[in-house]
Amino acid sequence: MGEMEQMKKEAEALKTQIEAARKAVHDTDMASAAAGVAPAPQVQLKTRKTLKGHLAKIYAMHWSTDNRLMVSASQDGKLLIWDSHSGNKVNAVPLKSSWVMTCAYAPSGNLVASGGLDNMCTVYNLKTPVIKTVKELDAHTGYLSCARFLSDTEILTSSGDTTCALWDLETGKQKTVFLNHVGDCMCLSLSPDMNSFVSGACDSLAKLWDVRDGQCKQTFQGHTSDINAISFIPSGNAIITGSDDCTCKMYDIRADQEVICYQDAALNSGVTSLALSTSGRLIFAGYDDFNCNIWDSLKGEKVGVLSGHDNRVSCTGVPEDGMCVCTGSWDSFLKIWN
Amino acid sequence: MVSKMSSKMVGSNNLAHARRMVQQLRVEASIERIKVSKASADLMRYCGEHAKYDPLLMGIPASENPFKDKKPCIIL
Repeated sequence: MGEMEQMKKEAEALKTQIEAARKAVHDTDMASAAAGVAPAPQVQLKTRKTLKGHLAKIYAMHWSTDNRLMVSASQDGKLLIWDSHSGNKVNAVPLKSSWVMTCAYAPSGNLVASGGLDNMCTVYNLKTPVIKTVKELDAHTGYLSCARFLSDTEILTSSGDTTCALWDLETGKQKTVFLNHVGDCMCLSLSPDMNSFVSGACDSLAKLWDVRDGQCKQTFQGHTSDINAISFIPSGNAIITGSDDCTCKMYDIRADQEVICYQDAALNSGVTSLALSTSGRLIFAGYDDFNCNIWDSLKGEKVGVLSGHDNRVSCTGVPEDGMCVCTGSWDSFLKIWN
Repeated sequence: MVSKMSSKMVGSNNLAHARRMVQQLRVEASIERIKVSKASADLMRYCGEHAKYDPLLMGIPASENPFKDKKPCIIL
């Protein structure tokens, strides 16, 4: 038998083995296990602030770890830094390329990053007297879909070139490239212990990676279209994904499989973004239909909706202290709800 | 000759790709999995333990809400 034939046979055997192993531990699903848990209260949140300032669609937002400042990115060619308590703009960063798709705040609060159809991740220092570009990370051969700082010296990116990368911000070079997806990578989320991260892609798969050795550890299937949003649960043992197939799913890392699907026959819009409350009980998922739906993560039921935007909700974020949820939209506004 | 060379290159690329795929599947097949019942129980416990510290779940009193606009008091 030629080596190619052998490889194909072994691949099929391994896939069968993995499916059997997953089935062997599938003694229940999350919703059934949580049948006895008291339902989450119906969540009715009010808009506390509407942040006006962008002149075009907002594509991304990210909270600072100080729970007060946040950065947003719009295709008006700007990053805006907001004081969410007052609603005031603190800083404006003009972008070289207006085709921005992502933005990120460093945990220290010193740096922000942005990127998009320019295929680059640009890092800015907010603490110099005038905001300065400190690095242009240029090696991806496709658009930059997401960026997240590990520290002031390292950043993770995901790209339309199907790879993710860990960069050294002192040298501006890629330290590790994460290769395995066969579709555009659309989103990433760092684990609470920062040793691993998950990525979601247009191949409808989510993958778990070791940050240091670049190895893809696990692959999560189930979605039937692009995964646009992904987040670790605060415990670090599970992830939530949101997809163009109009559903969100929870995958448990240690059980290596989907344990619950968040869907509703009445919902036929893709999921663009998602964020979790601090206990992990509530999922805030932004949809193409202009709403953000709130799901009970354990029981799989919809427990609320945030309505108020006049266009697609493109980004959502909950700060570390969990005191609110922010939604950003193609209608050019950000809203703070609690 | 040129077409033979390119199909040979494509062939060896396919083989390299197949080897990588098998190697990846070996890694993924080798992990230990826990029962979904245990995974669910752990998550339920985590949510339960952290629920009382979750402002969006518990609600935020107006006096402690930094985002709520403070209305001025009117003395009648």
